[in-house]
Amino acid sequence: MKKLGVILLYAMLILVAGITLAPLFWMVSASFMPAGQSSTFPPPFLPRQFTLEHYASLFTRLNLARYLFNSAFLALSVTGISLVINSMAGYAFAKYRFRGRDPLFKLLIASMVIPAQVTMLPLFLMLNKMGVINTYVGVIIPGMASIFGIFLIRQFALSIPDSLIEAARMDGASDFRIYRSLILPLCKPVLITLSIFTFMGTWNDFLWPLIVMTDDSMYTLPVALANLSLEHVQDTELMMAGSVMTILPVLLLFVVLQKYYISGIMTSGLKE
Amino acid sequence: MGSKRAAMIFLAPALLAIGVFFVIPVFAAFLLSFTDFDIYSLGNFQYVRFIGVKNYSQLLGDPLFWKALKNTLYFLVAGGPLSVVVSLAAALLVQSRVVRFKGLFRTAYFAPVVTTLVAVAVVWRFVYHPRFGMLNYALSLLGVSPIDWLGDPHWAMPAIILMAVWKNFGYNMIIFIAGLQNIPEELYEAASIDGAGKVQQFTTITLPMLAPTTLFISIITMIGYFQLFAEPYVMTQGGPLNSTLSIVLLMYQQGFRWWNMGYSAALAFVLFAFILAGSLLQSRLQKRLGTS
Repeated sequence: MKKLGVILLYAMLILVAGITLAPLFWMVSASFMPAGQSSTFPPPFLPRQFTLEHYASLFTRLNLARYLFNSAFLALSVTGISLVINSMAGYAFAKYRFRGRDPLFKLLIASMVIPAQVTMLPLFLMLNKMGVINTYVGVIIPGMASIFGIFLIRQFALSIPDSLIEAARMDGASDFRIYRSLILPLCKPVLITLSIFTFMGTWNDFLWPLIVMTDDSMYTLPVALANLSLEHVQDTELMMAGSVMTILPVLLLFVVLQKYYISGIMTSGLKE
Repeated sequence: MGSKRAAMIFLAPALLAIGVFFVIPVFAAFLLSFTDFDIYSLGNFQYVRFIGVKNYSQLLGDPLFWKALKNTLYFLVAGGPLSVVVSLAAALLVQSRVVRFKGLFRTAYFAPVVTTLVAVAVVWRFVYHPRFGMLNYALSLLGVSPIDWLGDPHWAMPAIILMAVWKNFGYNMIIFIAGLQNIPEELYEAASIDGAGKVQQFTTITLPMLAPTTLFISIITMIGYFQLFAEPYVMTQGGPLNSTLSIVLLMYQQGFRWWNMGYSAALAFVLFAFILAGSLLQSRLQKRLGTS
């Protein structure tokens, strides 16, 4: 009886894993099929002939290298810039005393309830006046600082003992030096977590780059893919290759760094 | 500790960026929602006029707005609870004591969360293909006749819900797992000494102990679902017959396709009002759970 239960449990686990992975597996599989093969009946799960032509045409016929560069450049820039800005602010909120600190922090947290969509129309007009629509700067600007990131770093920095900072100060270290050589190394785990969140968030983002980037050559992968998929409705295999190229980088990043990613979700989920 | 000047220097970049590119736009959007800002104003701001609450009253008379609101509520009322139930079930499965390779299953369930929404929406459009799609093929093996998932106004929203749940249940599952790990082991030991069965343990210990987690997950899921956009944009463009038109999609179309930015800003504030209401509800309920 007990054994049957265990078998049933595993059957369920494997079934659910099958359902979650099947679309991703099929995407990879179809991307290797010759054009048109996925649109036959019964739908083949594995390629009958194996081809890389779709990957080749993504780079030759379409502008994939450019989209890849745009996505990578933007995700890396936003991650780098926001990490510096958020970590400085998070540290200041955690370890400095100044008038209005707590009300200000509470106000920031409360404003997280405002959805980004609310800001998009004026932000677009503003960036348009600044002449940065259809530029990298236009996508980077709203990602430079994030309240969630400041919150995450502050929570972590709170656990750093004051005595450590005091000792460094006694040794004559400047404020900036303490931040740079003491706080940042100690905050490494949360900085890694936040980097993954930010990188993936920027890479996967759709609505804002869709609004800001107006030229094909400036598209990020999701924007380009959405556009192409509406034009190339019939080219299933080509679109699957494009989807693989879009998903693969973030999926790999997750698999390598999942420890940090998962722990980040767990702490941010429980702290609320 | 430390000088105030240093604190100000550390804070300045963040506060400046948030102030200029978040706080000001929020207030500007509020003002915008009371103007007739349109494509002509885009060229010259002098054409902008304040029109009071006209955008909001126009909204109330716009059948497209009601359609979008209804669709969005359908999406979150059906999809939200479904996602919560599926993720709780998945968490219980994965955390079950006898299961080995927990990490492997967890990673597999979590994989869709990190994927790019636009890319998986493209994939699912083919999964839902009426003739060559995997889903209809799998269903045909069970004797179900083909369904035109994205082409039938009755099925398009359920199809999007199914995909959205597939995409995000892993995220909620992780939070549930954290919640499960926080339940003291002794509670179960005490209960089993008292002769409580597995089912009884689940209903008297696991579920009540998970109540705050469940509430948290329900609200964040619904807030996220309220911002439905990329799925209909890629899979249906809001069709067929506007059956998958969402609030944010309508906002995007009004604001950035037709440049009716005043009207679009009013839509944004309707979205905000709903999300604010959801958040207030959450903190209210959480306080009640905490005191009882």
